Amino acid sequence: MSETLLSVRNLKKHFAISGGVFAREVDRVHAVDGVSFDIGKGETLGLVGESGCGKSTTGRCILRLIEPSSGEVWFQGADVTRLGPDALRALRRDMQIIFQDPYASLNPRLTVGAIVGEALQIHGLAKSRNALEERVLELLETVGLQADHMGRFPHEFSGGQRQRIGIARALAVDPKLVICDEPVSALDVSIQAQVINLLEDLQEKFGLTYLFIAHDLSVVEHISTRIAVMYLGRVVEIAPARDLYDTPLHPYSEALLSAVPIPDPTVKRKRIMLQGDVPNPIRPPSGCHFHTRCPIARPDCSERSPELRESRPGHWVACHYRG
Amino acid sequence: MPEIAPAKTPEKLLDIRGLKTWFKTDDGVVRAVDGVDLHIDRGETLGVVGESGCGKTVTARSVLKLIDMPPGRFEAGEILWKGRNLIPVPADEMDKIRAREIAIIFQEPMTSLNPVYTVGDQIAEVLRQHDRLSRKQALEGAAEMLRLVNIPNPAKRVHDYPHQFSGGMRQRVMIAMAMSCKPQLLIADEPTTALDVTIQAQILELMQEMKDRLGMSIMLITHAMGVVAETCQRVVVMYAGKVVEEAPVEALFGNPRHPYTQGLIRSIPRVDRAAAHKERLEAIPGTVPSLLSPPVGCRFAARCKYAMDVCTKAMPPLKEVGPGHRVACVL
Repeated sequence: MSETLLSVRNLKKHFAISGGVFAREVDRVHAVDGVSFDIGKGETLGLVGESGCGKSTTGRCILRLIEPSSGEVWFQGADVTRLGPDALRALRRDMQIIFQDPYASLNPRLTVGAIVGEALQIHGLAKSRNALEERVLELLETVGLQADHMGRFPHEFSGGQRQRIGIARALAVDPKLVICDEPVSALDVSIQAQVINLLEDLQEKFGLTYLFIAHDLSVVEHISTRIAVMYLGRVVEIAPARDLYDTPLHPYSEALLSAVPIPDPTVKRKRIMLQGDVPNPIRPPSGCHFHTRCPIARPDCSERSPELRESRPGHWVACHYRG
Repeated sequence: MPEIAPAKTPEKLLDIRGLKTWFKTDDGVVRAVDGVDLHIDRGETLGVVGESGCGKTVTARSVLKLIDMPPGRFEAGEILWKGRNLIPVPADEMDKIRAREIAIIFQEPMTSLNPVYTVGDQIAEVLRQHDRLSRKQALEGAAEMLRLVNIPNPAKRVHDYPHQFSGGMRQRVMIAMAMSCKPQLLIADEPTTALDVTIQAQILELMQEMKDRLGMSIMLITHAMGVVAETCQRVVVMYAGKVVEEAPVEALFGNPRHPYTQGLIRSIPRVDRAAAHKERLEAIPGTVPSLLSPPVGCRFAARCKYAMDVCTKAMPPLKEVGPGHRVACVL
């Protein structure tokens, strides 16, 4: 791996559930439960897992859009979790996010020009009105939109075009790291391919680093250099993308991959059916969180929680019996 | 363009011919379904694929006449159910068909279950429409149906409300409800789109199991080509309110003929192919045309890399290019 850009160490986020007359904390959702990983400069780390596994919360904790409960996030020599408001604002020039829902993440009352230009103004990156306009035009062109789109409002655009606006907004401040939170999940496949290609082009052009969060394993495999698989708030496996798909080690990764439908009727695969649903993250199972659904679980899996260990160079797995 | 009527073979359970379902809106008439021909044979699973707004859901809902009229209107065509046209059938008779012959499950099970009744009551209601049963018998029947769709603790869970079930379990409840009327055709409208992949695999397997058990046909509406490849025998591809290609599943994936189908298949990243990794995806440029004033010629022409002058003049009819393989393209 190249030089490390971002290091996440033992990140936790617990959401309190309050109840009773005095709204005391009665329980906690363990959304992110001790996540650690590194992202190298210029690479794309894919973060996959099913709904509720904590992948989006992890992404938001890194940006401190959600305050983490504990843990460290090292970026450019500073622990993001300890930064004061001013330093945090400065940091956000280097770290940006693209959201899933292009319909909900753009202010409907602002023109596209104002949406894309807002960050430039906040960070004082445009010296004059003309310079601002010029930069916005350049950004729109970069993401494949036209100059006359500048004065229009979000509702005049299709889903794919809106996602392009969101990307232009993120790029406005020349970030180093972009957190892509399910950026293509709401789009039709033909449009999805357009946006994935655009993200790849931009990465090459501007040397961007991506944390790519998604539940669609085919998309993640396509775009990622390395992939981390999450289950119930924990990372169960991290490996180079192709390695993970060819030889998944964790039984959960294996089941997840075997469940992806292949668009080719001549391919027949053995599918590993997982029984039941993902358990409630309020009271996650003891020991290894996956033991209640694991086809190879043994009695001690419910007692001891496995640590991530390097089974092969660059291939990490958290399982007592695999790897 | 509808074909010249061939003899009605008994194999065709459902035969939709030249169907046009239009909607009147403030902005004009939306031609959501604009001349669709498709049929489903007994015992087969037909996939209907296409992107948002291609008319696949409206086609499905038209079959059950679940379209609000107005603003909707059947402009032309017929929907032959076992040889009988459903379009003129009165509402009370449609109710009987919906209770006994054709069932539907939707994408979002939470919005299609009634939140104030227990799931047992909701399944029991279907059972009682079908047979004369006492309340107790119907509830026992409901528990039996829940057991059939592999819901643990069925005798206890019949008393639970929809919100007490997870997404995957709710879809199982929907399937149990649909199966309660022992339908000959199940219309599944994006049944797994809202579910995670491991749960999707469970639900698709369950649908297959139910199909084998009851010998019914399935019309599976989806945008996911992978799901189609793994579950369907035949596929109909829709684009902007029209059928552009129809083929047995092997032919569709092995030898797609319409440029839109080719684009759809090539634009999906493939997990199973090492070579495909890091290859650029073949995106289809542009977006779907407005159905308010669809283009005169082929509706895909504006996005098609092979488009010629003739393509913008008239919509090409579906023509046979192989056994059971029809395509609407001049090429």
